[in-house]
Amino acid sequence: MDEILEVLSNDARITPAEIAKLTKRNVNDVKKAIKNYEKNGTIVKYKAIINQGMLKEEKERVRALIEVSILPQKDVGFDYISERIYSFPEVSSCYLVSGTYDLLVVVEGSSLQDVSEFISSKLAPMQNVRSTATHFLLKKYKEDGQIFKRSTQSKRLNISF
Amino acid sequence: MEIKLSKKVEQLAPSGIRAFFDLVLGMKDVISLGVGEPDFVTPWNIREKAIFSLEQGYTSYTSNKGMIELRKQIALFLENRYGVRYDPEEEILITVGVSEALDLAMRALINPGDKVIIPEPAYVAYTADVDLAYGKAVRIETESPNGFKLTPQMISKEAKKGVKGLLLNYPANPTGVSYTKTELEDIAKIIKKYNMFIITDEVYDELTYDFSHTPFPSLKGMKEHTVYMNGFSKAYAMTGFRIGYVCGPKKVISAMTKIHQYTMLCVPITAQMAAMEALKNGYKSVQEMKREYRRRREFIVDALNGLGLKCHMPQGAFYVFPSIKSTKESSVDFAKNLLLSQKVAVVPGTAFGAAYDGYVRMAYAASYDNLKEVAVRIKKYLDSKK
Repeated sequence: MDEILEVLSNDARITPAEIAKLTKRNVNDVKKAIKNYEKNGTIVKYKAIINQGMLKEEKERVRALIEVSILPQKDVGFDYISERIYSFPEVSSCYLVSGTYDLLVVVEGSSLQDVSEFISSKLAPMQNVRSTATHFLLKKYKEDGQIFKRSTQSKRLNISF
Repeated sequence: MEIKLSKKVEQLAPSGIRAFFDLVLGMKDVISLGVGEPDFVTPWNIREKAIFSLEQGYTSYTSNKGMIELRKQIALFLENRYGVRYDPEEEILITVGVSEALDLAMRALINPGDKVIIPEPAYVAYTADVDLAYGKAVRIETESPNGFKLTPQMISKEAKKGVKGLLLNYPANPTGVSYTKTELEDIAKIIKKYNMFIITDEVYDELTYDFSHTPFPSLKGMKEHTVYMNGFSKAYAMTGFRIGYVCGPKKVISAMTKIHQYTMLCVPITAQMAAMEALKNGYKSVQEMKREYRRRREFIVDALNGLGLKCHMPQGAFYVFPSIKSTKESSVDFAKNLLLSQKVAVVPGTAFGAAYDGYVRMAYAASYDNLKEVAVRIKKYLDSKK
């Protein structure tokens, strides 16, 4: 992976000037590379990772992993039905997987009811969806490489030779 | 009755900056660039292997030299990585870090009064180890304009007067200086000419940024002159495991093993199990950490030079050794004032040699955010003195 992407994936707020300094490159080259990555879709977007558990004032969002078995269609295979599913804003992630089912769909809602409603009224009745199995998430330990635990204090001494 | 101490230990110079260390250790919320170890925690697969080995009941002594499986892995690693061959049965000893290896080597090689060259600025234990073995440390003060490099001429000058060996640490603590293959070959000629031994502390070898690291025993004709030391502390962020190793001629390793078996017996088995995992599956983590250090190096060198604290580009390790002469303060005063006014910890240069009062050591084994904050605070400190 290009070092620019490595640095950005760790801290999206870092400026091109800083990246140029850290990676010993020309700042204009860095800017150009980032523009290209944005344009060709390598960099999709910049966002903050929020630990929802820390948002005391808001009700926690409910998430569910749904195993979906589908009937593939002639010519378009799984892609057509997948698009029908992932286009719903309630769907936060959607993967085609190998194994006993076909699509792993992650759905988010404001309550259990909300998510159930989406599954029963939108997802399950969809043509070519054979069956669904829903797993509500109870606790998030780690996501996208990020561990959701208050950072522990460094165990190092403040000074040593 | 008052117990009397050995004269040797009584005469051993205490570190002159103990009081400063105590001050730092007693302070809270300090951003520290004073730490001589990685800021990463040991990679999880290595920690997990250590835990698993305990669960499996690996809690016994091992062979004095260390587990043969680990020695074989080290031999394989050195051969694949650097093309240096050591016999795992007779030429490798597992030690409690490079620190123990150094002590063993001095005791095994030095007769009272034997001279050993130590280029300064140097890690604090080197002269003490020579001293404790009743040897005589010959300090060579390297200088900033020369990038703190030891030159063949400097060695020759002392070798002519008769020295038994040279202790060379590269990449070095506290300067980060390292040597290219050509530079090492020039040093090797002197080693050969004066028939000296050379002990190399290459514990920072994996953290070499601008060229490939060349282990001293890989140089033509140098294997029989070299006692090569390395460890897991820096590359794999395993300082607390206390494990390193030494490779050298059979006769030397056998002598060192004799002392080791009477003093240490063996390295804790948990650390040995962890080290095996490090060699087997740790290399990706090493490379990730190295890239991160290299980026921080670019930032800190640039920032310090921008602040007027002249600093050469270190070729390895995770230290910079900037000059603070422009502040007209002694290194201890600078470190103390910076600590008290800005809560930033650095190590005074005098810790690494009496001649280095105009320098401090900063370890960039700290997060990028902290390094940025340190640059701001040092600027504030320097501005306050104007």
